[in-house]
Amino acid sequence: MKTSVREGQGGVQVLDLKGKITIGAGDVQLRETINKLVEEGKKNILINMQDVTTIDSSGIGELVGCYTSVTNKGGKLKLLHLPPKINDVLTVTQLITVFDVYESEQEAVASFAS
Amino acid sequence: MSLSSRFENIEMAQHLCGKLLDGHEISDETRHWILMALREVLANAIKHGNAGDRAKRVHLEMDVQGEILRIRVRDEGAGFDPDKVDDPLAPENRFKTSGRGIFYMKTFMDEVRFQKAEGGGMEIFLTKNLAGGKEKEEKGS
Repeated sequence: MKTSVREGQGGVQVLDLKGKITIGAGDVQLRETINKLVEEGKKNILINMQDVTTIDSSGIGELVGCYTSVTNKGGKLKLLHLPPKINDVLTVTQLITVFDVYESEQEAVASFAS
Repeated sequence: MSLSSRFENIEMAQHLCGKLLDGHEISDETRHWILMALREVLANAIKHGNAGDRAKRVHLEMDVQGEILRIRVRDEGAGFDPDKVDDPLAPENRFKTSGRGIFYMKTFMDEVRFQKAEGGGMEIFLTKNLAGGKEKEEKGS
């Protein structure tokens, strides 16, 4: 998996993910990237999932873990551009209600201010 | 076939399963979920069954008879009691970082069965009716 971080309006960190978030290939990398941002005091994080091709239960677990660690530090973690199959995987485990999901980056970034 | 306990081998097994499914008229959707269930059962065998011990093997059989896909996976670990696996939908488990793999297998396949293997380890059997099965029932309901 490839990750890149850019800063959006209001200091929101937009994390672009590309590839697979699966066991042994991206799951730990996601956690490390988020932890690094949190350690740097960057607590408003938007994960752009548009180019994520596959996710498995380990990847889902890491997403949940990241959500918890960001929230526990007083931050917010939201998702952008969920591919349909990842949406399905989050829906069947009722996790879709946990995450704020956006289709527009502008809207998503603006939502952190509210 | 017999695989070493490495996550990289999941990709190879998925590729072979894809080849097995090639001759059958199934939707991309069905194919995707079968391969995800296969990924989950193999990851479970490597991570939990064999505890990542590369000296231990994961034994995999895949076959299509008629329209029924059967996958059998056996690890060389201590085995587990499937009735004691936490329900990932329970509110107290919602934020756990693991424990969803078996749930996904059960969601995406028609049948998932567990048994302790005779020579040790755990055997998991996955079945999918390629002609419809669960999807057909859900659409008809």
